[in-house]
Amino acid sequence: MIMAAPKISQDILLNRESMNIENEFPCFECKDFGLYYGSAQALNNINLVIPEKRVTAFIGPSGCGKSTLLRCMNRMNDLIDSVRLEGKMSLHGEDINAKSINVAELRRKVGMVFQKPNPFPKTIYENVAYGLRLQGVNKKRVLDERVEWALKGAAMWDEVKDRLQDNALGLSGGQQQRLVIARAVAIQPEVILLDEPASALDPISTLKIEELIIELKQNFTVVIVTHNMQQAARVSDYTAFLYIGELIEYGATDQLFTNPKQKQTEDYITGRYG
Amino acid sequence: MPTNKYHKDPFYKSGTPWIWLNAGAVTISVIMVVGLLALIAVRGLGHFWPKTVYEIEYLDNKVTIQIIGERVETEEVLKQRILESGIAVESDDELIERSLIKVGNRDFLGVDFMLTVEPNELQVDKPKDVLVLERTQWGNFYGYLQQIKNNGEVLNLDEPTKWQELASRLERVDDLRDRIEHIEKVEIGRINYQLEKLRLKKRGLELDESTDEEKFQAIEDKRAEFNADYEVLKSELDALYREMSRDSVTAKIMNGKEVEIMLANIVKAYRPNAMSLGEKIIFYIKTFWGFITDDPREANTEGGIFPAIFGTVLTVMLMSVVVMPFGVIAAIYLREYAKQGFLTRLVRISVNNLAGVPSIVYGVFGLGFFVYVVGGTIDELFYSAALPAPTFGSGGLLWASLTLALLTVPVVIVATEEGLSRIPRSIREGSLALGATKAETLWRMILPMTSPAIMTGLILSIARAAGEVAPLMLVGVVKLAPSLPLDGNAPFVHLDRKFMHLGFHIYDVGFQSPNVEAARPLVYATALILVLVIIILNLAAIYTRNHLREKYKDLEQN
Repeated sequence: MIMAAPKISQDILLNRESMNIENEFPCFECKDFGLYYGSAQALNNINLVIPEKRVTAFIGPSGCGKSTLLRCMNRMNDLIDSVRLEGKMSLHGEDINAKSINVAELRRKVGMVFQKPNPFPKTIYENVAYGLRLQGVNKKRVLDERVEWALKGAAMWDEVKDRLQDNALGLSGGQQQRLVIARAVAIQPEVILLDEPASALDPISTLKIEELIIELKQNFTVVIVTHNMQQAARVSDYTAFLYIGELIEYGATDQLFTNPKQKQTEDYITGRYG
Repeated sequence: MPTNKYHKDPFYKSGTPWIWLNAGAVTISVIMVVGLLALIAVRGLGHFWPKTVYEIEYLDNKVTIQIIGERVETEEVLKQRILESGIAVESDDELIERSLIKVGNRDFLGVDFMLTVEPNELQVDKPKDVLVLERTQWGNFYGYLQQIKNNGEVLNLDEPTKWQELASRLERVDDLRDRIEHIEKVEIGRINYQLEKLRLKKRGLELDESTDEEKFQAIEDKRAEFNADYEVLKSELDALYREMSRDSVTAKIMNGKEVEIMLANIVKAYRPNAMSLGEKIIFYIKTFWGFITDDPREANTEGGIFPAIFGTVLTVMLMSVVVMPFGVIAAIYLREYAKQGFLTRLVRISVNNLAGVPSIVYGVFGLGFFVYVVGGTIDELFYSAALPAPTFGSGGLLWASLTLALLTVPVVIVATEEGLSRIPRSIREGSLALGATKAETLWRMILPMTSPAIMTGLILSIARAAGEVAPLMLVGVVKLAPSLPLDGNAPFVHLDRKFMHLGFHIYDVGFQSPNVEAARPLVYATALILVLVIIILNLAAIYTRNHLREKYKDLEQN
């Protein structure tokens, strides 16, 4: 079913003339979004639109709030008691912080992969099947199919198909991270959030993850937080640069890296700080 | 003067003395534990070995007497002390060996033990045909078999067939005894149980002021039926008892008298001096097995300890069943759901301190709350027909288990909380990010991963509970329980029944029995069994934990 979704309007984009964004459908929209840890403000007045079926990267120096923003998208910050929000963040036009939202349901739509691979201490098969079992899928045939599909989607089926019943913690770091991506893919979310997915991995594993991310955008909206600007340049279609809790610049990746409009962006991508 | 830049550090800085100190402390601890177990094992296990029986010609105050018995203990005593105690002894040595001889035959001699001094033992023999009888009353018998009587008539038998005849007749008595026991315990026990139920039913009707004559009549009919059954069994029993008292033996004891002993009173007959090593080993295993599986006799000083083992294990198991869910649920609430603040901290500190409350205090609480308040209320509501005799309103298996559970719940809470806090945050987040609710994450992910820690808590609580005696004495343990809390009468588990416990049994046998000296080996043996029971219970729990640990073994990687 194709909804008559609104096209992304340009007025909330800071780099509007350079972005060819009006042909995209919006997925996430932030409007005057802010976040406080107790009294300390971590995000301030964020306005951005994340387009569907594209890879959007958040870059910025450590502590700039990019992970915090990402964790707001599936309400992972609910786990922290002192967090207070302001403004609005919506997914397909629906306010995700509304009282009526079922958080578990939201997280099924918005999957997340963390910085450190966190496979469960179960078999490879059970790791991938976990999310499905949560949804009440218990038929062996269905599970088998979906596990295979997810592992193929994460480009690791051939590596593990003969040892699905082995403990997932026996895999290498890179394999573990791809397994975690497969786990997220298995429940067919709409969005996959990746929080520095390759920062704990070696270069070859990183390369595989990056290839995987480009694959994923055919079926999913991908949002990735990364420290590595080359990585952002390689995998993303759109890039947002955050600095001390504020969105400095947001636009098409090519434009932002070759022709930044803001001085701070330029300083950062040329390595003058950060 | 040249100074050496690289002068040696003083000896104590190297740490070697500390290593020695620590290793020494560990060694001493290990030696103490091993020594303790060894002492208990040697003293306890030695009791069942058939000991040599001596025949001693003994000079007792210038009169020569004959002593037949086992040498229980030998010690060296100063001659002076022996002379002072009024025993004439002639010897050049300053130290004299004094022996404690178990002469048995309490019914004929009046004493169980005699003291002898070595120089007065004129002649010591180990006669092959000396007979030892283990009896249902009066303890052991030592003497020489004379004749076997059938209905008071002497059987004319020669030496070897005499022993065979005795063995076969004892076997017959054994069979009869088993049948009698079965009838008395199982069949008559069942009838008594049903009669008691009928009585309570009738009383219940009376209390309800029922005028339904039919119901009363039905009860009376039933009662008559059971009474008839009882009469049949009674006559069967009488016949069996008559059968049993058919045979007897005559034997000569150490003072030369000939006495008659009914075969019905004999549990076991053997000639230790004539036994080969193999026979002794078989005898030993049989006796030890009997100790574990039989009921106690003679105020607990003879026979086995099965009811006590059973009571101990059952109490601990019931306690585990109760303590696990409560402890785990409390820990989950404290760690996962409760708002971490002053109140939570206060609760946690209190829980930790509960583990240090003396156990007798729990016993008093169990008596005051469980037995009197809860049990009393239950009696009033559901067992009013039995009043004033209490059902749950007096100590019993259920209250003892609950009291133990209360005693050990802090241990489980602390261990579970510890386990919960060790689950990495990333695992929780991973589960939540897949759309699991908090409860689902707990149930499907956190709890299975915490199970080894929970089992550790259970192991600790079993170790503590199985050794507790003080609180149990207040809430249900008795010296001698007439029936096991588990039997063939519905509802099979009788939680209201009083029960026996190994810990209390040790105290009772060792210090409350009429014949402390004779019972002392049993104290060691019972203590050894208690230790073994605890070890087995713990091993079972440890095995389960290791199995679980294996499942989540790589958890630490995360």
